[in-house]
Amino acid sequence: MAGTAVLGRLTWQFGTLADVVQETPRVASLYFDLPEWQGHLAGQHVDVRLTAEDGYVAERSYSIASPPEDPRVALTVERLDDGEVSPYLVGELRLGDKVELRGPIGGFFVWRVGESRPLFLIGGGSGVVPLMAMLRHRERMRSNTPARLLYSSRTVTDIIYRAELDRLAAAGDGLEVYHTLTREKPDGWKGFTRRVDQAMMQEVAWPQEQMPAVYICGPTTFVEAAASLLVSMGYPPATIKTERFGATGGSG
Amino acid sequence: MTIDEMRLDGNAIGGLLREIFAIEMTSAVGTCAHCGAVNEMGRVQVYVHAPGTVVRCPSCEAVLMRVVRGRGRYWFDMTGVRTMEFGET
Repeated sequence: MAGTAVLGRLTWQFGTLADVVQETPRVASLYFDLPEWQGHLAGQHVDVRLTAEDGYVAERSYSIASPPEDPRVALTVERLDDGEVSPYLVGELRLGDKVELRGPIGGFFVWRVGESRPLFLIGGGSGVVPLMAMLRHRERMRSNTPARLLYSSRTVTDIIYRAELDRLAAAGDGLEVYHTLTREKPDGWKGFTRRVDQAMMQEVAWPQEQMPAVYICGPTTFVEAAASLLVSMGYPPATIKTERFGATGGSG
Repeated sequence: MTIDEMRLDGNAIGGLLREIFAIEMTSAVGTCAHCGAVNEMGRVQVYVHAPGTVVRCPSCEAVLMRVVRGRGRYWFDMTGVRTMEFGET
């Protein structure tokens, strides 16, 4: 499956919405049945295309949240009130409705079990989505590759996959999850409450000698700040892979 | 919204490049014709808010490619790329 995931001409196919999980007030996971799906790798994305009755077309990219091992393809989408596509996907789309999409797309920002280097994942907001596909893939394959996730959210209620991340981190298979909140300091909160900075990186990142594989995803300014910090601390740029969502975390 | 906030990277044009090349291209390696920097396409800077898509070198910010798609045709300029290396399918 994995071998075919990056081959061949991209064609549009219809996915049928089979399940919806509301992750936060503004974020939902959409599970699609895709009869023509060829399989994917953790970290890849799809393009979604909406066509209006007058022929107007809007196209957006969304990261795949589900691991390659799952039969359904899940997209976790943040609803942006001024967006063209996300308010339709999160809010109007009903179970049984069809959506046109193509994929999987990408071969750079992907991770496969079997890589021995420790994994360091850094996500901002909905940038956690492709990282979650990697962590789910790691769990399904019973990998115990050491892994750390540093996940920045605005507030506690904005944390996507919070319960599942708690469960994964409690499994004792070498995953540690660190949260930081940038707009809230709740009573009793044990995580960080500030933007990602050098002191936080020093506390959380694997030492350079261990040559961690680093994946950073989120809004452009978040990604570039986090990547610059690591480079300034001496991590080789070639070991850091980034994926930028733009200004809004999905542009649409 | 500033231009720095709007900047995307090569992951965002994985679909567009596959329309043109018919294979996965974000892991292809390109050499900048301006500064000679060698980068995977996933690392390039991408701006999609222009009438077309503008791709720039992450090292020197010179234009690597411009792609305009419309009316069933592509207009594809890659004078900024000296070489491109990618796996056989």
